[in-house]
Amino acid sequence: MSLFSDIAVVWSKYGTQILSGIGNTVLISIIGTLIGLVIGLFNGVIRTMPTAKNPLARGAMKIVNWIINAYVEVFRGTPMMVQAMIIYWGYAYMNGGDSLPLIPAGIAIVSINTGAYITEIVRGGIISIDRGQFEGAMSIGMTHFSTMIHIIIPQVMRNILPSVSNEFVVNIKDTSVLNVIGVTELYFYAASAAKNSYKIFASYLIACAIYFCLTFTVTRILRFIEKKIEGKANYTVFGSQSDSTAEIHLNKEETANV
Amino acid sequence: MSESVIEIKHLKKTFGENIVLKDIDFSISKGETVSVIGSSGSGKSTMLRCVNLLETPTGGEILFHGKNIQTELDISEYRAKVGMVFQSFNLFDNLNVLGNCMIGQTSVLGRDKKTAEAKAMEYLDKVGMTPYINAKPRQLSGGQKQRVAIARALAMDPEVILFDEPTSALDPEMVGEVLTVMKRLSESGMTMIVVTHEMAFARDVSDRVIFMNDGYICEQGTPEDVFGAPKREETKSFLSRFLNQ
Ligand SMILES: Nc1ncnc2c1ncn2[C@@H]1O[C@H](COP(=O)(O)OP(=O)(O)OP(=O)(O)O)[C@@H](O)[C@H]1O
Ligand SMILES: [Mg+2]
Repeated sequence: MSLFSDIAVVWSKYGTQILSGIGNTVLISIIGTLIGLVIGLFNGVIRTMPTAKNPLARGAMKIVNWIINAYVEVFRGTPMMVQAMIIYWGYAYMNGGDSLPLIPAGIAIVSINTGAYITEIVRGGIISIDRGQFEGAMSIGMTHFSTMIHIIIPQVMRNILPSVSNEFVVNIKDTSVLNVIGVTELYFYAASAAKNSYKIFASYLIACAIYFCLTFTVTRILRFIEKKIEGKANYTVFGSQSDSTAEIHLNKEETANV
Repeated sequence: MSESVIEIKHLKKTFGENIVLKDIDFSISKGETVSVIGSSGSGKSTMLRCVNLLETPTGGEILFHGKNIQTELDISEYRAKVGMVFQSFNLFDNLNVLGNCMIGQTSVLGRDKKTAEAKAMEYLDKVGMTPYINAKPRQLSGGQKQRVAIARALAMDPEVILFDEPTSALDPEMVGEVLTVMKRLSESGMTMIVVTHEMAFARDVSDRVIFMNDGYICEQGTPEDVFGAPKREETKSFLSRFLNQ
């Protein structure tokens, strides 16, 4: 079969180069997802702040909320490829032709884009936590910020982990659009192999296989982490206070969904 | 009576068109246990939530040691001094029993971990929950959760604790354990406002009973007076309805 020999040819000649693109693909998607998560959590905390009494502060909050909403709408409502072009070339346009360094530019684009999605995910995560815990925290004098840090965010993180993992996997695939500004990631090298070898089908098949291996592995790893974070279903009952070695171990069946 | 800790003056609260509290006036002295009874929808929870500023009063004022809680006090400091125990427990799901009783101390009162832990253990012991310090709220029964919630409030060393139907969400066999804790607390001199449907508790434990009806305090007095010789028709009919059901 000529396809196999095509693949063998492309692989032997361009394999190492294509593989070297994995580094940037993974780097940009990991950092981009993490920064996106930070953006999303930050927006979530701001958005759920109780309405201030001071009219000035209330006005400021309105404006900030409007900006966050606009950010979410715009970045979810336009393709990342177009965002990449606009940010990259917009920067160059406004800085007399000086362009952004490619990798940081790629990370910035993925972060901002992911941040818009995760902002919405976090919003859902916060809403899903019952009002009672906020009131419990308020009733002992905790501030909004400290309630978020100690009580709400840890629970939100657990709840949204599957969605954030999903964003990460999406990012591994979607970093491929960054080739439009010339970021040397996996797709970029596959495309250049295709161009130079004229074996287009074989080149992209190789890229496809690598993308799949990446997302498949990452998905398994994230599942594993999610399982770990689910935590223990048991707790230790101390039978005697004075003698803490006198423990009774209980194995309570987990019933709650958490 | 000794000095009043909390004074409620002409408190009003409306939700949109719905006037829930029309004119509430009462005060509570140090060490007093006041039970608030009344039919469903009469505004008992709303009144209690206004005292803790979980609801913002529409009118009137609430004084804590003579200071207006909305204008003269820092809300966080004030709330730390006025604990609240909810019908639905409202424990923090991500923290274990010990953590639930420590987080307020460390984040609001600025106590160090060791002090906070010692304090938490002291009160968890008082409510009989020391064996369960490692359990998460979802692993506890309702009665146990409520005892932890009481310990969480106590660990802040509050001057007053507000209870909003603390036993209404509990299975009958767990009501007793929570009421016992509350009774002991009352006897130890804690200042308490207790919204409750437990008439036996109101009668046996409280120093004063307030009967709320339709956004007003309809009648108040010692348990003997209110239960034994109610003056108002509304009180009589509420009590007879309640005792006959
Ligand atoms: N957040 C709210 N928004 C609008 N209406 C409310 C709100 N909270 C309470 N109400 C209304 O206020 C009235 C009094 O409610 P409240 O919960 O204070 O009664 P309650 O005396 O505690 O009753 P129960 O014994 O059933 O707990 C009810 O008609 C209720 O519908
Ligand atoms: Mg109520």
